[in-house]
Amino acid sequence: MPLRARPISPHLQVYRWQMGNTLSILHRLTGIALAIGLFALCYWLVSLAGGATCYLAATRLLASPSGLLVLIGWTFAFFFHLLNGVRHLLWDVGRGFEVRERTASGWLVALGAVGLTIGIWGMLWHFRAVS
Amino acid sequence: MSLRSPLGQVLGLGSAKDGTAHWWAQRLSAVALVPLSLWFFFSLLALPTLSYGSVRAWLAQPLCAFLAVLFVLVLTYHSYLGTMVVVEDYVHSASTKLISLLLLRFLYVLVGGACIFSVLRIAFGS
Repeated sequence: MPLRARPISPHLQVYRWQMGNTLSILHRLTGIALAIGLFALCYWLVSLAGGATCYLAATRLLASPSGLLVLIGWTFAFFFHLLNGVRHLLWDVGRGFEVRERTASGWLVALGAVGLTIGIWGMLWHFRAVS
Repeated sequence: MSLRSPLGQVLGLGSAKDGTAHWWAQRLSAVALVPLSLWFFFSLLALPTLSYGSVRAWLAQPLCAFLAVLFVLVLTYHSYLGTMVVVEDYVHSASTKLISLLLLRFLYVLVGGACIFSVLRIAFGS
């Protein structure tokens, strides 16, 4: 054991909050949210295979006000993780490292995820497909 | 006395305990999930309704069932790789970490298995 606690990296308190770390943290958070969403997808698929009564119960739960709120959250998490994931893949092949490119792709990811979420749920609301 | 070279004995004993296999699997599954996930969710959105009959009829088609099995398989794998890293990063005690990772593996096999089994049940008629 050390005599006293040594400083541990990263020193979160000395850094200025900026886009890079925000999107990075959001990527992990949306990943965790989507992992929980996988369990909901599993429940939905099992109920679909389980018969009409079973499926009706599952869709009632998912289409309840709180269920819809969570579904909207998962929609955002899905698009954010997808778009930011592609951003990461482009970095992996060595593209988009310039400051301007990073900032632009960051905004594209953030606004794209919000826009796609609003667009899809607006469309669903418009066509009343959710019930 | 071991016949292995000094280098061979220490390979894979760094702080990560393994090489690039995890990283590579994560990226490959991510690339596969881009078309698979978009196909799955936008196909569902394109259905006239999400009623029992309409969703089952869609998923019972051979190509749809096949792609859906691939989707849930790769999704489960990718999600497993991701949550594994989260556990490794934030659970510090060695024993708790080992138990969490084992539980996580069982849980993911269970969820992935249930998803695939459900799609197959629908595809092959109850």
